[in-house]
Amino acid sequence: MPNDKVMFTMGNVACAQAALDVGAKFYAGYPITPSSEVAEVCSRLMPKYGGVYIQMEDEISSIAAMVGASLAGVKSFTATSGPGYSLMQENLGFAIYAEVPCVIINVMRSGPSTGLATRPGQADLMQVRWGTHGDHPIIALCPSSVQECYDLTIKAFNLSEKFRIPVILLSDEIVAHTRENVTLKSPEEIEIVNRKRPTCPPAEYLCYKPEEDGIPLMAAYGEEYMVHASSSCHDETGYSNNSPKTAEGLIHRLHQKIARGREEIVQVAAFGPQDAEIMVVAYGATARAAKQAVVKAQEKGMSVGLLQIITMWPFPDKEILALCDTAKALVVPEMNLGQAYQEIEKVCRGKLPVYLFSRVDGEAIKPGQVLTKIEEVAQCLKS
Amino acid sequence: MSQKLIFSDYLAHKQLPLMWCAGCGNGVILRALTEALAELNIPPHKVVVTTGIGCFGKTDDYMSTHACHGTHGRALAFATGIKLANPELTVLALMGDGDATTIGGNHFINTARRNVDITAIVANNYNYGMTGGQYSATTPIRKVTTTSPYGTAEPGFDICELAKAAGANFVARSTSYHVVQMKKLVMEAITKKGFSLVEVSSPCPTYFGRYNGMPSAVNMLNWLKEVSVSPEKYQTLSEEEKEKVMVVGKLVDRNKPDYLTVYKELTAAVK
Repeated sequence: MPNDKVMFTMGNVACAQAALDVGAKFYAGYPITPSSEVAEVCSRLMPKYGGVYIQMEDEISSIAAMVGASLAGVKSFTATSGPGYSLMQENLGFAIYAEVPCVIINVMRSGPSTGLATRPGQADLMQVRWGTHGDHPIIALCPSSVQECYDLTIKAFNLSEKFRIPVILLSDEIVAHTRENVTLKSPEEIEIVNRKRPTCPPAEYLCYKPEEDGIPLMAAYGEEYMVHASSSCHDETGYSNNSPKTAEGLIHRLHQKIARGREEIVQVAAFGPQDAEIMVVAYGATARAAKQAVVKAQEKGMSVGLLQIITMWPFPDKEILALCDTAKALVVPEMNLGQAYQEIEKVCRGKLPVYLFSRVDGEAIKPGQVLTKIEEVAQCLKS
Repeated sequence: MSQKLIFSDYLAHKQLPLMWCAGCGNGVILRALTEALAELNIPPHKVVVTTGIGCFGKTDDYMSTHACHGTHGRALAFATGIKLANPELTVLALMGDGDATTIGGNHFINTARRNVDITAIVANNYNYGMTGGQYSATTPIRKVTTTSPYGTAEPGFDICELAKAAGANFVARSTSYHVVQMKKLVMEAITKKGFSLVEVSSPCPTYFGRYNGMPSAVNMLNWLKEVSVSPEKYQTLSEEEKEKVMVVGKLVDRNKPDYLTVYKELTAAVK
């Protein structure tokens, strides 16, 4: 296509470019490796796009400023890594509860704490799901290439705007710093979803009254549609209301709006046969190694395929359960001690054996290691 | 709106009555604030109040303006994003002493340093009222609270000195006793471009007063009246006398360019 522009760049830069292309006009962040290139690109380009970049005093205030800007009607985002993402949990809960669209790029690195600064890791899966307190839904997307960094950042903004929820772009150090060709989208071909706005007379507007899809219409500060965003339990007016009925209704609605959108949100990618005897399930940088391993295994005449998890949360349970009908075993390579593996075990409920290949030494999982695991599993199936 | 605005236009009448204790100074501050907004004739929909957690952090629930009732200590960080995203708005951060200078101290000094065009109103009651009267970063040394039964070993912050040192354009202190002055200072703070702080020393007879020999609102208002001196009077006092008083009035008034003005200037040529 004539408008297509190919860039040779790293995942972090592709994320920043995607955010600008999809209309983000506000970035608030705090520097942390391996995410800092996102901030650097935004500091340079945000003025060109008519937006504002601000470097805050910590990640607590970064996410707060981002949420404030979004409530004022501007698409906003931030980027961070493990220690910074930990600090963001408090106001992530606010953004979920007050239904504020925003995107947080979490470039996973080795942990816990400062860990092997700043070697790669994939151990934030469960923190991304449950890091902030209380019952809450979340959406997280996991890129495995620079192109996916670009495409999934666009998708992250669109889902956050549509469902009024923070979306986590769950990248990792390898994907973030890998340089590859990425095809950028022209303004004409880029799909942009914006939050649905009220059209009723302002006096009739209730800022947390849901539509049929469970999602309230969203006005911005400064309009005559009054907005009362709150960290406290609130009714349709947005004002505090601690009645058991209100509390229960709100928690259920927050979950149901995401459950209803499940088919649109959940995305996986198939590589190789999906009815193979051994199916590898992988995500992020590890999916790259898994792909190569699958190719090599196929060359050896083995029946092996790959299911790449793209949407980590909500978890692609149906898609993984479907593998149980045809596969004899699943292999899950990941750079943690089994965070996705345990979720997959939960989904499969003992229907077939699931084998974990872990690596937590701060080194990438290599294709050869995945291949060896596949061969071991094949041996197990024979015996 | 052709009719002249009055204070009650900024109140969320359905939310009344206030939950604050009898004798609390917060209602007095709410009245002065809403009167200031009315006199400045700023329509409620052009005002955003950001709050955190605590007694004064409940203020948004009694106001008809836009609101962001955020998390403990973070009101200024939310306010920063709001103001930078829409500079047309009047953004007010309403905080207590715990919110502004204890859990939120880092945000307080950095927002003042950046000189973001926000008005911070800090109700200082020298303790955490909402959680039962524990000591905060402004509780004066040796004062008794529910977590300093023998007196606190920590000296308290001077909030105004903190804002001044950090770089705020406008700094003033008032009290719940000095209502007319408070309203005027709040009006001036809102009008001032850049970061403005109005600290309001406010009675908490339920906890701080009760544990420190001032069990009624009258005791506490008399105390505020007695210790307050003007900046002019303060200059005439001996060092020993200065220790015993509280300066009330305008303390800093300068015109350094605010964050967004400088940012726009520096990035104007970016194409």
